[in-house]
Amino acid sequence: MKNRYDIVVVGAGPGGSMAAKVAAMGGLDVLLVEKRQEIGSPIRCAEGVSKKGLKKFLPQIKKEWISCEVEGARIYSPDGTMVEMAEEMAGSEVGYVLERKIFDRDLATLSGDAGADVYAKTNVTDLVLKDGVVKGVKGKHLGRSFEVECNLVIGADGTESKIGRMGGIDTTLKPIDIESGVEYIMTDIEVNDLCNFYLGNDIAPGGYAWMFPKGDNMANIGLAVLGKYLIKKNVKRPIDYLNKFVKEHYKDGKIVSVVFGGIPVSRPIKTISNGIMLVGDAARFTDPITGGGILKAMESGIMAGETAIDAIEAEDFSENELKKYEDKWRPTIGMKNERNYLIKEFFINLSDEKLNDLARSINEVKIKEMSVTGLIAMLIEKNPKTLENLSEILLKYL
Amino acid sequence: MIYVDRYKCGYCGTCVAVCPEAAIDLLETFIDINDNMCKACDICVKICPIGALVDEE
Repeated sequence: MKNRYDIVVVGAGPGGSMAAKVAAMGGLDVLLVEKRQEIGSPIRCAEGVSKKGLKKFLPQIKKEWISCEVEGARIYSPDGTMVEMAEEMAGSEVGYVLERKIFDRDLATLSGDAGADVYAKTNVTDLVLKDGVVKGVKGKHLGRSFEVECNLVIGADGTESKIGRMGGIDTTLKPIDIESGVEYIMTDIEVNDLCNFYLGNDIAPGGYAWMFPKGDNMANIGLAVLGKYLIKKNVKRPIDYLNKFVKEHYKDGKIVSVVFGGIPVSRPIKTISNGIMLVGDAARFTDPITGGGILKAMESGIMAGETAIDAIEAEDFSENELKKYEDKWRPTIGMKNERNYLIKEFFINLSDEKLNDLARSINEVKIKEMSVTGLIAMLIEKNPKTLENLSEILLKYL
Repeated sequence: MIYVDRYKCGYCGTCVAVCPEAAIDLLETFIDINDNMCKACDICVKICPIGALVDEE
């Protein structure tokens, strides 16, 4: 490890690795650190990602990254009414279920190949600040203290991000803005080649349960419950909901892994301060409807990496210079997340009966556009009166 | 005092994200609660997906 870098990236998930890669390719001296001893492990993810979205950032998809290809999605309303979304052409895969352990490590390798220094089991404990300006970071590598100089820090340190708070950005999530999730990787079960979503206030209040296939007879089966339903007295925990769900649907399955994780579902927040940019889950960039965060982490990582190159060239690390980063993400990731936050707020307040009615209104229809907006557009078409408020939200963000 | 049941804890960091006092840290498999900063608001206890945090009065 050198004494000085242009930029330190904290966290080697997809966001941090892409930021480090872009910055290193732009000629910057980059340090990428990961606090865990093994990049990509333990996972905290259902691992679903759109094929088109992933190819946008990584034209060369390695087969080792993919557990399973999926052809579409099924959404089950509380009474079991099924809505299917699939590409018209049979056999055209629209999504991947990734093997994050390999995927994340390979992305970190790409940043290393681009010239970044990469260190695992390396934790950043403090920012070195002088008059509110970032001068470096302090941390521990394999238990040994270190300090490096730098003018820029990218916080890609996930749901539990500390970099923002160290730099004066309050990233604390309120219980209404976080999903508490738990998942089993199960074997010895019957799977299809679709991503399956289960809705219902008895299944996963304010969230949903999922079954994403991971190969022959194997799947990620989990659910997430919105925090606001957990802070009341005497309520069930996400693990209780999952055990009930598994008992009903996959009672003979074997649990080969247990996965936990918090998923931010907030409105866009502030992501910059002097010398600091936040990306991915640390910036709360997960989609408030689906909870998906991999692609937004990569996209924001690239944007932060590009902004870092400009900042180093301008020798300006002020919040004002870093506004370029917010100018990049607000019209793209920010617009979608703001819209999807409002859509989510609409749906989580619907009763099970209402959800069943909505599912029945479209369960005979072929939904060709494989996206949340495609699904919602169809719902609005079939239920113009009851979904008037929703259609207003959608129109505002067209 | 908030106590972490290490046999249950899946070190996912959900508790860290919701702590209004920034009193919780996650290091590898270890949840560390700073008792001087903790105000025992119990949000972390309630948000935990598996109930690994317990408020012992």
